[in-house]
Amino acid sequence: MSTTTAPFAEVASSNATLRAFLHGLPGVDRVGADARAAMLGTRSIKTTAKAQAIDLAISMVDLTTLEGADTPGKVRAMCAKAVHPDPTDPSVPRVAAVCVYPDLVATAVRALDGSGVKVASVATAFPSGRSSLDVKVTDTALAVAAGAAEIDMVIDRGAFLSGDYLKVFEEITVVKAACGGAGVARGEQGAHLKVILETGELATYDNVRRASWLAMLAGADFIKTSTGKVQPAATLPVTLIMLEAVRDFRLRTGRVIGVKPAGGIRTTKDAIKYLVLVNETAGADWLTPDLFRLGASTLLNDLLMQRQKMATGRYAGPDYFTLD
Amino acid sequence: MSERLAVRKTYKLFIGGAFPRSESGRSYAVTSSKGDFLANASKASRKDARDAVAAARKAFPGWSSATAYNRGQILYRVAEMLEGRRAQFVAEVVDADGVTAKKAGELVDAAVDRLVWYAGWSDKIGAIRGSANPVAGPYFNLSTVEPTGVVAVVAPPMGPLLGLVSVIAPLIVTGNTCVVVASERAPLPSITLAEVLATSDLPGGVANILTGSAGEIAPWLAGHMDVNGIDLTGADADLAVRCEELAAENLKRVLRPAQDRIDWLADPGTDRMTAFLETKTVWHPIGV
Repeated sequence: MSTTTAPFAEVASSNATLRAFLHGLPGVDRVGADARAAMLGTRSIKTTAKAQAIDLAISMVDLTTLEGADTPGKVRAMCAKAVHPDPTDPSVPRVAAVCVYPDLVATAVRALDGSGVKVASVATAFPSGRSSLDVKVTDTALAVAAGAAEIDMVIDRGAFLSGDYLKVFEEITVVKAACGGAGVARGEQGAHLKVILETGELATYDNVRRASWLAMLAGADFIKTSTGKVQPAATLPVTLIMLEAVRDFRLRTGRVIGVKPAGGIRTTKDAIKYLVLVNETAGADWLTPDLFRLGASTLLNDLLMQRQKMATGRYAGPDYFTLD
Repeated sequence: MSERLAVRKTYKLFIGGAFPRSESGRSYAVTSSKGDFLANASKASRKDARDAVAAARKAFPGWSSATAYNRGQILYRVAEMLEGRRAQFVAEVVDADGVTAKKAGELVDAAVDRLVWYAGWSDKIGAIRGSANPVAGPYFNLSTVEPTGVVAVVAPPMGPLLGLVSVIAPLIVTGNTCVVVASERAPLPSITLAEVLATSDLPGGVANILTGSAGEIAPWLAGHMDVNGIDLTGADADLAVRCEELAAENLKRVLRPAQDRIDWLADPGTDRMTAFLETKTVWHPIGV
């Protein structure tokens, strides 16, 4: 596989070698992971550090709308908010990206033209991932052709849980190729690929570690916890395990992979816990929107309310921010 | 046989239907009117107030859209529960106010009666404050009342039970939700009242009770952009002025009684209900 990085060239040569490698990864100490995530969550981030963390978190948000009821109008409104999260305060940074379904990518691309906010699209039969590979590739190609700069794909959890790791691996590599679109042959950079592990369906922390490595070996640019459609979505311990995986992967291969927890992150306090986790696990190198994202919709308003509270000294109310 | 250990009651806050300790971990000693130590009460911080406002906001859609009949029934249920704990409240009022047991009994009875009285108003206030307006055109023009939203209350320092019931009941009977800063001097009956509220079908978050310093907490509530009204009945002159200034920022409704000492046994009238109501007027074409 051309995308596999050199030290692991032989790992994906067959299901047996892949299985041997993934099951050879050290097991996760569940109690230890929970305790460490909980302990890091108690850090107190206040005053100027908090102000900095809020702005950093805003710049890492993937503002997301993935509802059956999405309309072009709603997506345009969300794009306007992505560029100017608080229209009354130009010092608020813009968010990292907006995340929509493939059919709304063109709308979002038009609305965000020249703003610096990227357009991400879910693809590959999101959220279940239950379709043929052809459909998944076509889904991806449609989103890329419409101008998506980032593709959030889901893995086939059924295949993963039944032990067919090679199938998952190959799907990711094929979708990764589809992310390149027509431009790659001309040397253009293709769309970034985020691989959604849907950790809420993976049952164990060991599986989260295995799925993280599987996705990274297959060429993911980002690993993402959840679709947001399954409970539990992102949790601190699961993100901790994924951050450990990207840290170890860089040590072994030199490649730097991003992490995106998504779903269930609603408050500023939650967001800051994730930032602490990133800093303490993967390191400060990951504290950039290029390598860490927060997939969320309601989180942004809470961040803005906290920001306003720090600026005005009075508690802010949701009546003064747009609904989304 | 050894003597029984004393089982002392822990007085905590009442937020969102639960009884948490103050986020700040602080408490203060509460003494009787004679200066004897009674108990330690939680001393709420601004963050407790913030959490209480969030709980009140969360409870508002459900409570304000409950039928008036249902709200009346629940208030009546509160009265039933209060009646059942009469002896406990009498003892607490005696401690707090230094009145005789007979007088305290009258005050507790008055508090129960006040709840029953307000419970009856739930489905009638709309008929009193709403109207069918004559307009010069082919329209039905109807005004109806709606609750203001989340209301902060500085409870009166005197009348730890009757005064408290007299400020909470008129707010919630019309569909508002509230965050109450209890009397700093005599907070214990307010937490016992919270236990009554928690066991009488009142949805969590409709009434939230904080004990502590009004001077510390009330300005945060007055400035809070997600609070729609503030009742300054228990605020002294300086605090009331400060809160009114802060409340102006998001145009809160402010209730500031004219007289300092209110006779809680007197007929309350409908003023406390109408202070936190908004009027919605609907135009409907005739013959369509």
